[in-house]
Amino acid sequence: MTLEGTVWKFGDNIDTDVIIPAPYLVSTDSAELGKHCMEGVDPSFSEKVSAGDIIVAGKNFGCGSSREHAPMAIKGAGISCVVAESFARIFFRNAFNMGLAIFEAPGVSDGISAGDRISINQDTGEIIDHTNGKTFSANTIPPFMQGLIEAGGLMAYVLKKRRG
Amino acid sequence: MPKTITEKILAAHTGRESVVPGELVSVRIDMALANDITAPIAIELFEKAQIPAVFDSERIALVPDHFVPNKDIRSATQVALMRRFAKKYGIKYFFELGEMGIEHVLLPEQGLVLPGDVVIGADSHTCTYGALGAFSTGVGSTDIAAAMITGEVWFRVPESIKFTYHGQLQEWVTGKDLILWTIGDIGVDGATYKAMEFQGPAIETLPMSDRMTMANMAIEAGAKSGIIAPDQVTLDYVSSRATRPFETYLSDPDANYDQEKTYDVSQIEPQVAFPHLPENTRPVSEAGIIPIDQAVIGSCTNGRIEDLRMAARVLKGHTIDKTVRLIVIPATPSIYRQAMNEGLFEVFLDARGIVSPPTCGPCLGGFMGVLGPGERAVSTTNRNFVGRMGHPTSEVYLANPAVAAASAVLGRIGGPEEL
Repeated sequence: MTLEGTVWKFGDNIDTDVIIPAPYLVSTDSAELGKHCMEGVDPSFSEKVSAGDIIVAGKNFGCGSSREHAPMAIKGAGISCVVAESFARIFFRNAFNMGLAIFEAPGVSDGISAGDRISINQDTGEIIDHTNGKTFSANTIPPFMQGLIEAGGLMAYVLKKRRG
Repeated sequence: MPKTITEKILAAHTGRESVVPGELVSVRIDMALANDITAPIAIELFEKAQIPAVFDSERIALVPDHFVPNKDIRSATQVALMRRFAKKYGIKYFFELGEMGIEHVLLPEQGLVLPGDVVIGADSHTCTYGALGAFSTGVGSTDIAAAMITGEVWFRVPESIKFTYHGQLQEWVTGKDLILWTIGDIGVDGATYKAMEFQGPAIETLPMSDRMTMANMAIEAGAKSGIIAPDQVTLDYVSSRATRPFETYLSDPDANYDQEKTYDVSQIEPQVAFPHLPENTRPVSEAGIIPIDQAVIGSCTNGRIEDLRMAARVLKGHTIDKTVRLIVIPATPSIYRQAMNEGLFEVFLDARGIVSPPTCGPCLGGFMGVLGPGERAVSTTNRNFVGRMGHPTSEVYLANPAVAAASAVLGRIGGPEEL
């Protein structure tokens, strides 16, 4: 499956407090959280973003708190996936557990610009920037985690295993 | 094959002889924790799955501490959900107001997390319990929901980095300064996915409170966990508190480390982390003139009795600057009572500070001291990200309790030696 969308760019160390500021953590609703996505760095982000858009960021994306509201807000804002140089580990596992597609791909921070049209082949990990013609390769995902994605997230995986 | 303490604990919880870094393993947990922000998502997922019972009602801790005492109707609703869930499933360790404290101070104090444990918490500072010689790490709400069903969690076995601390600490230098110094050295992603193992003669001299402060901030270097081998100090702390038997593990002398770092602590002075990352550290003597509006002394990082005593020692006989608001937050009811009985409240009130009931409140810009536009705080908490304590243009400077107290008196960032 291929994801294609327009790029929103962010820098290094984008933390969960700017992805979804703490005052909004009184909700568990993805759509509501999405209205405040990235408010800490770009207050009008949720108004500008369109369904299917892609976030491209630098290193250590999602550092800070364990709040799953962060990947929920990104999903709720309509973002199809996040591509970054690297991810902080709790954000990384949360994204797999709750079903937000994320890709770790060296070189994307310098090689892809805001507004570019990019596509990601989820099977091969090939990332193509259709605006500047550059290509990138996402790091492979361990088979266990691939299994999580295929099951539809951790809860679906656990319940399926439980049923045998 | 020689093993690190982390590899030994994880192996013991998989029922296997050994595990190696990089392996993905399913691990049995001794305790799962969630708070009033993260539990609601886990509870909704658990109930949606229509599972009749949790895996073990004595291995789940629900601590409403972030927005409690309830700051508004929506936070009250979230805590009510936890309360109802705890009652329905017979969760033994749900902490109602009056017993509730800041989770990472409360659980060790109550003997609910112990050496050799595997602990997961839907809170990034769950790494605190590594100070007891446990493997302990922050996860998400979905992990907690799944663990409440299975009693297990999946992990990639982390590589370990060994940090060795030699030398004698200078006066007013604490565990907070050692960890800020370390984060300043390796950066906020310097230990991503790794276990930070703290050891050496200087660590052996630290009381549990300082050890917990160090392990608490391992996440601020991106680490999966922080860990300190249990010794007599650890055993003295846990033996009177432990609610169940436990085992202690030590790293083999020739265990494999991804990286080794050695520091001479006698060269380290109290540190201040400047906005907006915990890695932006400077010695307090090089802070320059930074006027402040607020000082916060508390949190899972520095809200223990030793921290409050240190702040009181600095504040005694002083009044804080007219431009500053001082908020002191004992982390648990027993710390609160002890501070009161020791006369520390007198010192804080005489200095024109206030004493709050236990809560995470201001640390994450929740309530009880939110910063307005352009305001600056010196804080004993753990994060100074953009907007962390309030308005996006506000600033947070991280420091130890002595520096926070001295800064409140000075009206600008400074150390206790300036008073």
